[in-house]
Amino acid sequence: MSPNARRLLSFLGILAVLIAMWEGYKWMGTATGGVWPGTGIGLPVRTNERSMPHTWDVVIALLRPARRGGEMLLLVLVRAALFTWRSALLGFVLGSAVGFGLGVLFVRSALAERGLMPHVVASQTVPILAIAPILVVWAGRLNVTRWLVVAVVSAYLAFFPVAINTLRGLRSPDATASELMRSYAATPNQVLWKLQVPAALPYLFPALKIAATASIIGAIVGELPASMPDGLGRAILNFAAAFSAAPEKLFASILVASMVGIGFVGVVVLAERILIPPSRRLEDLGEAAGQRGGRLKEVVA
Amino acid sequence: MSALSLRGVGKVFNPGSDQEVQAVHGVDLSVERGEFISVIGPSGCGKSTLLRLIGDLTPPSSGTVSVNGKTPARARLDRDYGMVFQSATLLEWRRVAANVELPLEIMGMDAAERSRQAAAMLGLVQLDRFANHYPWQLSGGMQQRVAIARALAFKPSILLMDEPFGALDEMTRERMQSELLRIRAETGTTVVFVTHSIPEAVFLSTRVVIMSPRPGTITEVVDIDLPEPRSDDTREDQRFFELLTDVREGLRAVEDS
Ligand SMILES: Nc1ncnc2c1ncn2[C@@H]1O[C@H](COP(=O)(O)OP(=O)(O)OP(=O)(O)O)[C@@H](O)[C@H]1O
Ligand SMILES: [Mg+2]
Repeated sequence: MSPNARRLLSFLGILAVLIAMWEGYKWMGTATGGVWPGTGIGLPVRTNERSMPHTWDVVIALLRPARRGGEMLLLVLVRAALFTWRSALLGFVLGSAVGFGLGVLFVRSALAERGLMPHVVASQTVPILAIAPILVVWAGRLNVTRWLVVAVVSAYLAFFPVAINTLRGLRSPDATASELMRSYAATPNQVLWKLQVPAALPYLFPALKIAATASIIGAIVGELPASMPDGLGRAILNFAAAFSAAPEKLFASILVASMVGIGFVGVVVLAERILIPPSRRLEDLGEAAGQRGGRLKEVVA
Repeated sequence: MSALSLRGVGKVFNPGSDQEVQAVHGVDLSVERGEFISVIGPSGCGKSTLLRLIGDLTPPSSGTVSVNGKTPARARLDRDYGMVFQSATLLEWRRVAANVELPLEIMGMDAAERSRQAAAMLGLVQLDRFANHYPWQLSGGMQQRVAIARALAFKPSILLMDEPFGALDEMTRERMQSELLRIRAETGTTVVFVTHSIPEAVFLSTRVVIMSPRPGTITEVVDIDLPEPRSDDTREDQRFFELLTDVREGLRAVEDS
């Protein structure tokens, strides 16, 4: 079996297990009347249709009209997702560029790193929910199109992992490589482009995967204070308000939002496959997240 | 004018702190063009530091270093140095030929000339067939040959080598030594070569410099008057064994003191 087929199979297998667990829990709750079998202890999540719809009901809801006589829910959600993705894509590009630039600045100047790094770290601890309305109001006075503002909110989340991992990657060549460059009397720019940047690429891509998912979260959250009617943010808010009446619609929008994220990460993975030979790849997202966490600890300590 | 001249050269790391180390002290040495100098001595006696002082990778705390009549900094900017370390330090994303071309690229040589030069250098180290391989596809000895080709690609006047064959097995090591002598005969490069191996030092050198630790300084210089050109027969020469003994005794004197 080819590695790709195996990967697909394990993905489907785990999906099946998750669905089975969901349905199994629901079945058990219904059978026991909401308690753990043989005890009087209540289950943490209720299993009725209003809390946990059947998985297939979620899929069916996608194919039904969103409103009576309206368009199919799937269509509505996909259109909203594409709208949100436009902001997310721009935010991703913007954030990655800023993150890369910061990484270069930090590796060039210890002073800049010492002065700016605490602010960069602090920027990520400020809740995006507080930042988004401020940016929206400021940009409103400047007459900027609103989806561009949303892109900036998305970039605010996307730049961080890229900055951290770029810096780490630019620092990854060992001392002898830098000394070789010195013996060739290479200029700082030559060292950057011929040694540090190529060495940083394997570190950059895991960060770009995190940035891709973060940019979508940023865009969805940014849409709310910007009161954008067309994106996933508004759709999710509406379905959340109507959760007890039609929970399957909220679950359906979660499903679509995560598909957008997976698709986006997929594009980054594809770019990585083309640009980085297998021997140099830091393969999985888990490793990347671990790196992010590890570096964060270093930075904060 | 000698290729290399050191007068009263000393190096103190972390001066004034409780981690102060006098790594090199009062080194006087003069090396003529085309000489092959080996530096040998116990671990930590300052061999690498001495090499780094010559190569302008670290500034001396005292004394003067002069390279082809220039300061080391000037010599470095003039690309007088080729350097080879114990690890080959090839750039893993570049093919073998592109690795050899790296210094030429940095020096602004045009692409056609660059690839011609890289091909010639790979011929010199007998790796023509591996030009399009990636470094990880080569054995350790082959990688080290690429590193030597890269160091020689821009025709430096001085080759600084810090235990370049230290990680290789004995057979490969002897083959590399013969190859290095052949290359030097073809290029006329002056070589300063740090090693831990007495036979290696004697086989390769015109002079062997023995250093002692704490502080790192030169205690003895042994002239190697083996017949040229040297070959595998040299290793069985009576004189070769005598010189091994001379160097060994020089080293023992250092270690006993
Ligand atoms: N960058 C540095 N900072 C502080 N001390 C250093 C530095 N480099 C070397 N030293 C010290 O200088 C002394 C000489 O080190 P050096 O590396 O030159 O020894 P060496 O003869 O090359 O040893 P080896 O044979 O093990 O390679 C050692 O005591 C070492 O701890
Ligand atoms: Mg050393």
